[in-house]
Amino acid sequence: MIALIDYGAGNLHSVEKALRYLGADVRRVARPSELKEAQSVVLPGVGAFDDCIHALQKQELLEACREFIASGRPFLGICVGYQALFDRSEEFNSCAAGLGVFRGPVVKFSGRDGLKVPQIGWNQIEIDRSDCPIFRQIPSGSYVYFVHSFYPQPTDESIVACRTEYGETFASAIWKDNVYATQFHPEKSQKVGLQLLQNFVALSNN
Amino acid sequence: MLAKRVIPCLDVHDGQVTRGVQFGRAEKGELRNVGDPVELAVRYNDQGADEMVFFDITASAHGRATMVDVIERVALRCFMPLTVGGGIRTLEDMQVMLKAGADKVSINSAALANPDLIRQGAEKFGSQCIVVSIDAKRVGPDRWEVFSHGGRKPTGLEAVSWARRAVGLGAGEIVLNSIDADGTKAGFDLEITRRTSEAVGVPVVASGGAGTLEHMASVLLEGKADAVLAASIFHFGEFTVSEVKRFLAQRNIPVRI
Repeated sequence: MIALIDYGAGNLHSVEKALRYLGADVRRVARPSELKEAQSVVLPGVGAFDDCIHALQKQELLEACREFIASGRPFLGICVGYQALFDRSEEFNSCAAGLGVFRGPVVKFSGRDGLKVPQIGWNQIEIDRSDCPIFRQIPSGSYVYFVHSFYPQPTDESIVACRTEYGETFASAIWKDNVYATQFHPEKSQKVGLQLLQNFVALSNN
Repeated sequence: MLAKRVIPCLDVHDGQVTRGVQFGRAEKGELRNVGDPVELAVRYNDQGADEMVFFDITASAHGRATMVDVIERVALRCFMPLTVGGGIRTLEDMQVMLKAGADKVSINSAALANPDLIRQGAEKFGSQCIVVSIDAKRVGPDRWEVFSHGGRKPTGLEAVSWARRAVGLGAGEIVLNSIDADGTKAGFDLEITRRTSEAVGVPVVASGGAGTLEHMASVLLEGKADAVLAASIFHFGEFTVSEVKRFLAQRNIPVRI
């Protein structure tokens, strides 16, 4: 069973629909105890970093996610669910502490060269880690769907799985051991996104 | 590089996709039936559409209920961004559509009547969810006026300043629809599209007037639009979404192929 963390994230239903379309056994989970029997966890997210962290904290899911990650089972963070893996955000007035699984700040696009912020739309990924299991059968240069103003800057460059260019080049996905995370929305990225989720489902079933 | 988007628009009336010729005609029954929205959506999905817009042209309670059903069924089969517009007047209306599977809601007359709805929607659901659609008509050499109620009612507002204000209130995207060009297939209004795009820091979707592939290229290049929205040319099979994108790619416009 894939546990989909239900803390009111806007893209919860889309992620659930995409996983079900792929035939996955997915369950919405709102309590820490429900993570025990999960084979893998998906942490969705869209919107503000602090809202996400506070909602997770309130449901005592922050610590539960840390414990789940430490157990070595596959974990996938999407968009704000990716940013939540880091220490802190530079979002306006942010004071929430993230999961702190990885070091580095979550920063905002500079908007240089007149680029519009948020970045909304389809952009390309240049894959650094072609050995990353969730990128199986996904070529470098593929387009995926982004909606965000912020992105994490991992201190440890070796965890960067792919990069995207939007005024600046940023880490659009990371991978370390059992933890995978994407800044883009695989649930909205048509065939490429479904392939990525299918790859994650396969990991969950191992 | 961020791709320019090609967005088919589906006008839904009583659960069917229809197409009027120009503003206001739909209400007079001058509609051509195009087909089932879910089947059309799946077809455009397969052709590589970057996004889809569903517009409830009845804008009635009955129409909204039908639309919820349409969006729910589309979201089970199409894994791409979906926008819903038409008759959305309250935060509750927005919530219902987002829950049904929409990623964004598009508001027009309701935002003009109550601009604070933009701010409330952006605060509750995030700016990325709130699209403000503007129907603009050229009323002078240098002036475009905003019309409400499907292009029937003049508001006295100037289009670019309304776009700026909407973005200031939290709109994450602007759809700029030219009343003069809509349904004519004679090309987009490049001038007002460019002025709007240069005035705001969020994406601008050009709408109204697409008749040829060259029109699409022009509004993205000269009109500085971030996306093109079109209905008739897709519905009546003149061009597929993939044909449009291949053409744009030949013109060195970044598109997702």
